[in-house]
Amino acid sequence: MYPSRFKYESPKTIEAAVALLDAGKGDAKILAGGQSLVPMLKLRFAFPDQIVDINNIPGLDYHRFDADGSLHIGALCRHEDLEHSAEIAQRQPTIAAAAPLVADPIVRTRGTFVGSVCHADPQGDWAATMIALGGHLVVQGPKGKRTIDMKDFVLGPYANALNYNEIAIEAVIPAPKGVARGGYLKLERRVGDFATASVAVALDMDGNRVLRAGIALAGVGGKTIDANEEASALVGHDLTESIIDTVAAAVAAKAEPRTDHRGSSDYKRQIVKTFVKRILVAQIAEKVA
Amino acid sequence: MSSLFEEIATPPADNIPVRRITVNVNGTDRTLDVEPRLLLADLLRQGLDLTGTHKGCDTTNCGACTVLVAGRPVKSCTMLAVQADGREVQTVEGLATPSELHPIQEGFKQEHGLQCGFCTPGMMLSAKALLERNPNPTEDEIRWALSGNLCRCTGYQNIVKAVLWAAEKMRAESN
Repeated sequence: MYPSRFKYESPKTIEAAVALLDAGKGDAKILAGGQSLVPMLKLRFAFPDQIVDINNIPGLDYHRFDADGSLHIGALCRHEDLEHSAEIAQRQPTIAAAAPLVADPIVRTRGTFVGSVCHADPQGDWAATMIALGGHLVVQGPKGKRTIDMKDFVLGPYANALNYNEIAIEAVIPAPKGVARGGYLKLERRVGDFATASVAVALDMDGNRVLRAGIALAGVGGKTIDANEEASALVGHDLTESIIDTVAAAVAAKAEPRTDHRGSSDYKRQIVKTFVKRILVAQIAEKVA
Repeated sequence: MSSLFEEIATPPADNIPVRRITVNVNGTDRTLDVEPRLLLADLLRQGLDLTGTHKGCDTTNCGACTVLVAGRPVKSCTMLAVQADGREVQTVEGLATPSELHPIQEGFKQEHGLQCGFCTPGMMLSAKALLERNPNPTEDEIRWALSGNLCRCTGYQNIVKAVLWAAEKMRAESN
């Protein structure tokens, strides 16, 4: 239960961090919150030659809404920063609902939003949330910055689309058309356990009419499940119980749950259906306070 | 390496430089040479003989090893010691003064908030972080804030009472 040996650097700039990743040729690893990486080092699932600690790079711990309404989350924004943010509570309901459900309160003081997205754990809350929200990542490499859409980012369990010499410096959630609504529900056996099933729902609405809809799932497949196509059946329609039933069934069919000690495949699929329905029904205009 | 770390039996390989770090622990600067892979929990327990920080699960689950880093609770088994360089760390040893217990410690004593005591240091430091942000928490807020700290003895009831007791005492003292 001890990490294998590694070299450690804590650069003061993003450029210096990128240079270290580049020099590492794939054997260097970014350390942000460390709440997934350090356990994996201790289990020796990960054994990088070089750790690049970005915690001493100033100016990455922000989250802010720009004038155009887009939300920007820096690489060192911790889960608890989002959990306690009045602005998030007011303007981004899917993130506001998910933040208090990530891991446990102590892990949330260290772990980062962007790090969790990059970790691409099939159980991870934020990759699913980002997919549902149609977000993208700004990444920086030796040749400068580029963006990667979330739909192209998660390649498989613990696999993302970053090159070895790139670092994700910011997550961006586009401005909603109309009003941002939605929610996040997770079933877990106890606080901090991996999810039995999680559902992220993000809607842009005008009154009771859906202008954009995104749904993604965690814990019910070999990777984060993108159900945005199924969710898009809501677009252009008023939210009614009947269309919600149809979409909930389609999303549940998209899940790929496996029977394990957290429940049977059928049970998890039923949870997904129930959660999709529960979140969507709560967004029907007349039920919104 | 010095005798700091029994768990790392063999000397570090030549290409792995030992790092010199200075950590402010319970108000005192401590300077040590450490291997980058050393965990903060082992720096405290083995390097500094501060064995009040308990290692329970060593897998980021139980919260027994919780300490405060820059005032926020952190599982010290899940943070590298080198990451604490230049930062303030508070352990359970930093709660009491030579003459009196911290109100949280007193609360655990008054309300029988522990049985075996293994989880208690972590519980108390999580409680301290809570009460600094929220001096008047509800029972629910206490349970929520302590949900990353596991206790296998008490059923949590008296731990919650202990924190409520401490909150009241600390509010009275600050008036």
